[in-house]
This record gives sequence, C-alpha cells and structure tokens, in this order.
Amino acid sequence: MLDSEHPRNTPDPVEPAEKPVISIPALAQAAAQRKTAPLSSALERIRRSRPISSRLPDAAFGWLVLLTAISVFAIVVLVVWQLFDKSRLSLHQFGIGFFIGRNWDPVNGDFGALPFIYGTLVSSFLALLIAVPLSVGVAVYVTEMCPMRLRVIISFLVELLAAIPSVIYGLWGIFVLAPVLRDYLQPFLAKTLGWTGFFTGPAYGLGMLAAGIILAIMIVPIIASITREVLTAVPQNQREAVLALGATRWEMIRMGVLRNARIGIVGGVILGLGRALGETMAVTMVIGNRPEISRSLFAPGYTMASVIANEFSEATGDLYLSALVEIGLALFLVTLVVNACARLLVWSITGGTSGRARA
Amino acid sequence: MELSWWRRAKNQAATVVAIAAAILVVLPLLAIFVYLLLKGIGALNWAFLTQTPKPVGEVGGGMANAIVGSGIILLIASLVGIPIGIGCGIYLAEYSRNRFGDVVRFTADVLNGVPSIVIGIAIYSLIVVRQKHFSAFSGGVALAIMMIPTVARATEEMLLMVPNNIREAALGLGIPKWRTALSISLRTASAGVITGCMLAFARVAGETAPLLFTAFGNQYWNLNPSQPTAALPLQIYVYAISPFDEWHRQAWAGSLILIIMIVAAVAAVRIATTRGTLKGVS
Repeated sequence: MLDSEHPRNTPDPVEPAEKPVISIPALAQAAAQRKTAPLSSALERIRRSRPISSRLPDAAFGWLVLLTAISVFAIVVLVVWQLFDKSRLSLHQFGIGFFIGRNWDPVNGDFGALPFIYGTLVSSFLALLIAVPLSVGVAVYVTEMCPMRLRVIISFLVELLAAIPSVIYGLWGIFVLAPVLRDYLQPFLAKTLGWTGFFTGPAYGLGMLAAGIILAIMIVPIIASITREVLTAVPQNQREAVLALGATRWEMIRMGVLRNARIGIVGGVILGLGRALGETMAVTMVIGNRPEISRSLFAPGYTMASVIANEFSEATGDLYLSALVEIGLALFLVTLVVNACARLLVWSITGGTSGRARA
Repeated sequence: MELSWWRRAKNQAATVVAIAAAILVVLPLLAIFVYLLLKGIGALNWAFLTQTPKPVGEVGGGMANAIVGSGIILLIASLVGIPIGIGCGIYLAEYSRNRFGDVVRFTADVLNGVPSIVIGIAIYSLIVVRQKHFSAFSGGVALAIMMIPTVARATEEMLLMVPNNIREAALGLGIPKWRTALSISLRTASAGVITGCMLAFARVAGETAPLLFTAFGNQYWNLNPSQPTAALPLQIYVYAISPFDEWHRQAWAGSLILIIMIVAAVAAVRIATTRGTLKGVS
C-alpha cells in the first residue's frame, strides 16, 4: 500500500535508507531516531524564562493537541459504553444462551445468534482459504520475481482493489459473479465435489460461496500488502546466502524468504480476517440473508454484520433492538481481539509503525 | 553441478503458480472496471446528474440529490475528522513522551479496526436517538470517526520523518514550540499529511454501513444537515437490491460516478507520493 513506500526512520535492510543531505554524525543520528526532539535542559530553561504572554499560546496549543488525543480515546470508550448500555436488556434476558441459541424469531421475542455467528465464521474462513494462497503468491511474485516496471503496475492495481467501495463489490457480486457461479462454477463443483456434502442443493448463485469469494477479493489487498512489506523486510543477505549454496530461485524463496517472514505473514492473514469478519455491505448483498445453518456452501446464510444492516432500522421493540446491539458488541469484541493479535505479530516483524492496517 | 530435473521443474512450477496468482488477483479488478464502464456509461445521462429519483415504474430520474448529499456528509466528516486527526498526530509525534501516547496509539489502532456497522450503531444511539431523527450531521460524524485513526497515524508517521535538526534550528531561533510544530514540522510534512487525509477521505467516501441508520437516505432534495439525507453509496445499495431493472441501471451509473471520484482521489495521492514528499529535505 501507499505507506509502505515511505522510508522509515529505522534503516531499511533491503533498500539503503535515503542519504541525508547534511551528513550528521553518529550521535546526532541516534538522536534523530528518537521519537521526540531532545531539548537540552539549557534550551528548556531559556523557554521557561520567557514572559507569560509568550508561554501562554504554547501551553494552549499543547492542551489543544492533548485534547484531540484524548478525544480519540474518549470515542472508543463511548462506543464501547454505548454497546454495553444498549444491549443490557438482551444480555440480562438471554445470558450466554444468546450465543448458542439457533432460533431467531423477532415475532415471539426469541433471539439466538448462532446462525449469524456461524455465517460470519464460515464466510470469513472460506475467504481466507481462497485469499491467502493468492495474496502470498502475488506478494512473492511482486517482490521476488517480476520485473521492476510490472512491480509498480501490479502494486498499483492491488491498491486500487482496496479502494473500491464494498457496495460496488456487492453490486458486481449480484449481477456478475452470482450468475457466473450459478451457471458454471456451482454445477461443476456439484458434479465433482458433491459427495463431500459442501456442494449440494440448488444452485442459486447467491449464498455462502458467493459471500466467501467476494470477501476473498476484498481482503487480498490487505494480506498482499502486508506480506509484501514483510518480505521486503527480510535481509538481502539471507537470499544471497541461500543462493550461494546452490539453491534454485524457488528454494531460495521457500527457505530464505518465506521461512523468515512466516510470522509476519500470519499477522497479515489475521488482519485480513479482522476485515472479513466486520465487512457488511458486500456480504449482505450476496449471502442470501436467511438465518439457517446449512452444511452446503450453496445455501443462503446470514452474518452478524448483515443482520444488523438489514434489521436494525426496522427493529420494533426494545428487546429486538437490544439483541441486535448485542450482536454488534460481540462483533466488536471479536474484531478487537483478532486485530490486536495481528498487530502484535506484524509489529514484532517490521518493528513499530509499519504494517498498520489499511482496512 | 547439474541441477536435477526435479528441482528445476519445481522452480518453474513455483514461477507459474506465482504468475497465476498475480493474474487471478488482477482479474476481478479488471472485470469490475469493465462492467462498471459497460453498464454505467449506458445508464449515465444528463438527467441522472441533475434530477432526483422518480417513483417506481417511471423511467428516468437521477441521483443528483444523492451526489449532493454525499458531498454534504463528506464535508461534515472532513471538517470534524481531519482537524482532530491532525491534532492527534501532532500530539503523538511531538508531545507524547509518556505512556499516554502509547495508549492513544493503541486506541487509534483499535478504532481503525472497529467494523463500520458497529460505529453506525454507536452513533445511532449517541446522536440519532437523542435528536429523535436521522440526519446528515450524524452520518458525517460517523464517517469522521472512521477518518480520525487514518489521518492521525499518517500525520504522526510523516512528522516523525521530519529531521530533528530542523526543529532544533527553529527552536534555537526562539520560535515557540506551537509555531515550530505548525509552521516548521507540519509544513515540512504537509505533502504526506495531505496524502493521509485524502486516503482517509477515499476510504470513507464509499462507506455505506455507517450511513444506514445515521444519514438514512432521502428521495428528495435536502440541503439541511439536520434532516435525513441521501448519499450515493446508500442509494446504490437500495437500488441494487431492488427488483426493478431501471433501478439496477441507475445503480451501475451511480457506482461509476462513485468510483471515478475515488480513483481520482487515489491517483492524485499516488502522483503526490511519487513526486516525493520529504525527499528534498531529509
């Protein structure tokens, strides 16, 4: 992605860091890598000695930016508090049974979230199954194999893929992908793999399979860009060492690059999972929206995000609304955990600020 | 030493697989663009850009109100989100010498990962329920919340790239710290910061989920930000899942307009970044 292009403060092992115009001695360079300006205490004392009229704007500005930083913190707290507050009714009524109940019956006030949890998990894992090999493949191709000019073009195209709004993915899914699935892919899968039980039943086009494919297309850019970043962070001499031992290019990639980068790649994959879990519009448009648990991937399903999107503004009654908010709360907590894990993994590889989510 | 045929074959197979993966990834993108152009241009006309939606069954009408509504919502989002994001970035880069900086950095990342539909719910219960009606304002705030983490982290990263001796030179001349942060650091990093802001803008411009129960949509002209307002992505969604062919055509045309707006923003960002943001100074 874009920010992977920016040179970091930490010297990049692969591409030499930009040469400073003014060459600074080693000590100053060490200082430059620190996060904040090292103000010598003398300078600080001079600033303190200034009259109040010139110190006031300084203090005011300091407080102002602190306030904006606090507001970010406050927003997260507010969101979490709202989710807990508004779902209290449903939390009390159903307890833990909410997450294992299979019944979603707004008319009789019976709410169980299992079909939605199942739909979210299955569609996301299906997406990972398709997206991970593709994104790792494209990242390997871009960093290790392809000519420089093509590298720029492919990175740009993958970047564009991330910029397409999910509602357009949904539109394309309904009118282009679903008919293709219905007429070609699903009959083929039913004939060849129907015996597994995953590919049976009538082929509507719309359903769990379509949702998985659309999600896969949407998360490829995230996984691919992070994988690319992690691969470029592998030191060049690793590659050279493996090649010097007589390895072919593939053996070099497998032993010298992928093995070193695997933790970072896993981080990228989990980050993609986080995006897939919370994705709403495209999935809502193609998954079929029926709260059922079915083994076949051809059958329509429902996800946590899409039930909120579809029913929230029409929900009548406090319990119904509260149940939907509780699903939102669960979604929030799951994505929080998933994203935190991913970030820690990616940070441990690329060190600090890079590898941040584009999602 | 001669390579065994097996190792050579594996090497070649790996190359083929990688190329195939690259093609498979780029293919959907091309397919989406081809369909957008084919179906979108056919439905695009002057009426589409100047008229409001016609009732079901009547041919014609357009999405002018949705295009303007999107503009209003995005303007509110930018006015709220960008200053807070930049302020937060300045704090993180120039002032956070304590644990609180790490806390803010972590919460910004948390906020970045929150599903957009969840932000929609939170804004619904925070603003819409209190105001008792849907509004462009609440939609703008929801989108602003999604912009803040992107803008903040981009600002921080760009500011950290500004060499410290520039800062020290400014402070050494007796320029107060706030002036240094704004006129020296932020100014030097401005190209990168603008890039971050435009990326955030492009990201929320196509967001639909948080607008479902905040801006809500509207079939008529509305320029009052405290009333329900149409937005382009919302209109596309409603038309796409409707059973009417005429609406499907309009959904394609709306998508084309939306993607043109976003691709223009991304391309502008691309040009700005390849021109080099800080290359001259660092």
